[in-house]
Amino acid sequence: MAIIEQVVGQIEQHPDVALVERVRGGDVSAYDALVRKYERQVFRIAQHITENREDAEDVMQDAFLKAYQKIDQFQGNSKFSTWLVRIAVNESLMRLRKRRNGKMVSIDEDIATDEGSVPRDLADWAPNPEQNYNQAELAGILRKTIQGLPEGFRIVFVLRDVEGLSTEETAETLGLSVPAVKSRLLRGRLQLRERLSRYFHDKNMLRDTGGGK
Amino acid sequence: MTCREFLALLDDMIDDTVTAETRNELRAHLGHCPHCKVTLDTTRKTIEIYRSNEVYDLPDSLRERLHAAIMARCMKGC
Repeated sequence: MAIIEQVVGQIEQHPDVALVERVRGGDVSAYDALVRKYERQVFRIAQHITENREDAEDVMQDAFLKAYQKIDQFQGNSKFSTWLVRIAVNESLMRLRKRRNGKMVSIDEDIATDEGSVPRDLADWAPNPEQNYNQAELAGILRKTIQGLPEGFRIVFVLRDVEGLSTEETAETLGLSVPAVKSRLLRGRLQLRERLSRYFHDKNMLRDTGGGK
Repeated sequence: MTCREFLALLDDMIDDTVTAETRNELRAHLGHCPHCKVTLDTTRKTIEIYRSNEVYDLPDSLRERLHAAIMARCMKGC
């Protein structure tokens, strides 16, 4: 019985937990492994929030340094990645505030929009609309489109849909209620969809009409 | 079910957090409402495109430079 419990315990333990324990014991190479594992994600989040490459580079360094310094405060009741993401989001928001001369970032403000209204655009997309663009063009479209979203929608969409955090984790990370996250997610998704329709629908129309006007 | 009611449950349908009964109601609405069908399909596609494409690239050279800088600062114990 004890052996079974031990085996189950080993199976359930996330590999990060062992790395964190080694870091706590002074093994810097274990932290090297954690940085390598999550550096792309931290950079991506920082870029999405700050929308500035230099800021994202600084945030990435500061976030990993802060996590290293505070590793003893990591409780282990959440995943290490979620804890790290929270640090990265906070560093990004602080950086954004600094860039705006101390003006608060509007993540916790309610954004007045036409919530619940039915989308106007009825046009369907091509089956694989992204194939009409090369990778650089597509990245440009996606970047431009998401940068046009209100901050509160953009950050929720990134954490929830791009980074795969749960609704609860997103709420905890941003200090928002679960209903507030849900509301922002729906509006963010719908606004992105409508904005992308301009690109994916137009191209489709042009093809269907043999090149358009 | 109206389009407005459908829209209020759109995220739950996409994230598959609805009961079987609600899912059937949503499907019934989709059966006769091409507008909501397009909204659902293209919203799903929006999420998928953002998930599967790197919007901001991090070239290996920059990643290595930042990685080295992070580890150097950690080694110094600052």
